[in-house]
Amino acid sequence: MNKHITACGNWILDRLAVDKVWNQHMAQYYAPKNFNFWYFFGSLALLVLVNQIATGIFLTMNYKPDAKLAFDSVEYIMRDVPWGWLIRYMHSTGASAFFIVVYLHMFRGIMYGSFKKPRELIWIFGMLIFFALMAEAFTGYLLPWGQMSYWGAQVIISLFSAIPVIGDDLSLWIRGDFVIADATLNRFFAFHVIAVPLVILFLVFMHIVALHEVGSNNPDGVEIKKTKDAQGIPLDGIPFHPYYSVKDIVGVGVFLFFFATVIFYMPDMGGYFLEHDNFVPADPLKTPEHIAPVWYFTPYYAILRAVPDKFAGVIAMGGSIFVLFLLPWLDRSPVKSIRYRGGIYKKALFLFVISFLALGYLGTQPATSGAIIVTRIFTVMYFAFFLLMPIYTRWEKAKPEPTRVTEQPSIEERIPAMMETLGEMTVKKSMTNAKGDTVVKLRPNPAGMGSVLIRFLKKIKASLD
Amino acid sequence: MNNEGVDTSKRQFLTSALTVVGAVGTGYLAVPFLSQMQPSSKAMAAGAPVEVDISKLESGQLLRVAWRGKPVWILNRPPRMLKILEGMDSQLQDASSNESIQPEISKNATRSIKPEIFIAVGLCTHLGCSPTFRPEIAPPDLGDDWEGGFFCPCHGSKFDLAGRVYKSVPAPTNLDVPPYRYITETQIIIGEDTAEESA
Repeated sequence: MNKHITACGNWILDRLAVDKVWNQHMAQYYAPKNFNFWYFFGSLALLVLVNQIATGIFLTMNYKPDAKLAFDSVEYIMRDVPWGWLIRYMHSTGASAFFIVVYLHMFRGIMYGSFKKPRELIWIFGMLIFFALMAEAFTGYLLPWGQMSYWGAQVIISLFSAIPVIGDDLSLWIRGDFVIADATLNRFFAFHVIAVPLVILFLVFMHIVALHEVGSNNPDGVEIKKTKDAQGIPLDGIPFHPYYSVKDIVGVGVFLFFFATVIFYMPDMGGYFLEHDNFVPADPLKTPEHIAPVWYFTPYYAILRAVPDKFAGVIAMGGSIFVLFLLPWLDRSPVKSIRYRGGIYKKALFLFVISFLALGYLGTQPATSGAIIVTRIFTVMYFAFFLLMPIYTRWEKAKPEPTRVTEQPSIEERIPAMMETLGEMTVKKSMTNAKGDTVVKLRPNPAGMGSVLIRFLKKIKASLD
Repeated sequence: MNNEGVDTSKRQFLTSALTVVGAVGTGYLAVPFLSQMQPSSKAMAAGAPVEVDISKLESGQLLRVAWRGKPVWILNRPPRMLKILEGMDSQLQDASSNESIQPEISKNATRSIKPEIFIAVGLCTHLGCSPTFRPEIAPPDLGDDWEGGFFCPCHGSKFDLAGRVYKSVPAPTNLDVPPYRYITETQIIIGEDTAEESA
């Protein structure tokens, strides 16, 4: 029996070199041995992509891309189709999960300099994926044909009408009608289920092929290919399979824990993943009192609102995404990883994260004049991170990069120090309980807590200088 | 491939010629695919005028009707509102509506044929949200200067009671006024103006 299976396998391998591809990309692809948890998000993005495609296929079996039927068909999936609610929530939660995972993946890249030479093209492909993902999310959000679907699409398509000369004809061409209508819904369905997913799959393929050509970066930003053993294998590299394929399963487990919690207990995430107004059918005559895009678009939406001019606002919003493409050329630092950069970059990155989160929050809030002023401040901070980067990265003093990757203490090794800190923060007190027995209890020690906090803040300050 | 004795310039010419012809062919082939995304004949034909009866429209009341799938507002402005309009000019970006879209007959101080009846397409000229009607004076969220008008919740654009846009808000022009005419004192037809009728 085994002989026949082997023969059968060899017959295939002679005609299709599956083994070579496997070795090149898995079993003999050497990844740096010092990956930390930030490196889970690439494989998780792939997992969510598979989830979106699988659940999406089943959703199309009952969804009707027709302005008269769309809203009801989604409700039909939710109420009458067996397990339809689960598949729909997996898809809608998956959309938000996709952006969470991708934002963290991008932040990892910015933190450890993964976009820098020789990985510029990987970054470009990644940014194109991000762009395609936004198109995919946007076209998908119209499909339930609720109030937010309708007015969100109205706003975003109107962005194109801000372009001088061709703008009005272009937005008419995108809509296929004078307003968002059945024609728009139908074509968005086509884009969402066929065109954009094909583009994303192609780009993901290119992203990975480009990555495996130059090899992965790591938290130290050290090129592991510079120090190889006699066989030409990087000394700091370990085969992706089984080491990281198995490690990633742990990441998948943790991710699924959160993912399932959202699906089963808070599928609309308090109006952030599925907005409340989207449970009202689209009404072309009435904009909801307060419209905001889904959370993953709100930072850019806030930037759009911050500019008091239509065309300039659109340019600013487009620019806030486009500027990310230029990152490999804006950064002039000789080192990659944040571990060896100077304090200015750390502070700049910290302010950038603050401004991104603040813009994300402000984008969900009504456009009051006070909020607009705050938004303008954070918009300036957002752009300053990128546009001043050529200056401050050249100016600041980087620490010397090691030649080999460093090892961080493992959790087991950290336990004694953690226990010591805990001891400092608490005092043991003997007291008598209700039964009259003497028991020793741990009670908080304010003085100890204060000194631990001060030490912690000093450490942060030292790492920022 | 044996390149000996080959005139490579001829080969290069053939390659270039084929590339150019192929590109032109692809360009022509793209036309039907791109054009099919234009509004269909059916969508183009669907813009029929709408007749509205305003006899029941009370003073200060706003009526919403659909024309070409867009919301159209009909607002009956009492003299109080018309008086406010006169003092607005300094706060407005395009007070005399030179940059904005309206039929010639409505290009006046009240942006209407009859001063009290204001008709406009209820879509913000910024990004197409439908602004909300806020006739109250100085509500807490819009500030003490607010004398009634339309406020777009999406991006904070403000318009006065004649649909004229305030300064330093995202919307570039005043609200569009559609072509319309009176059939009788209380019957309006939206989507057709007198000019068309007389022509």
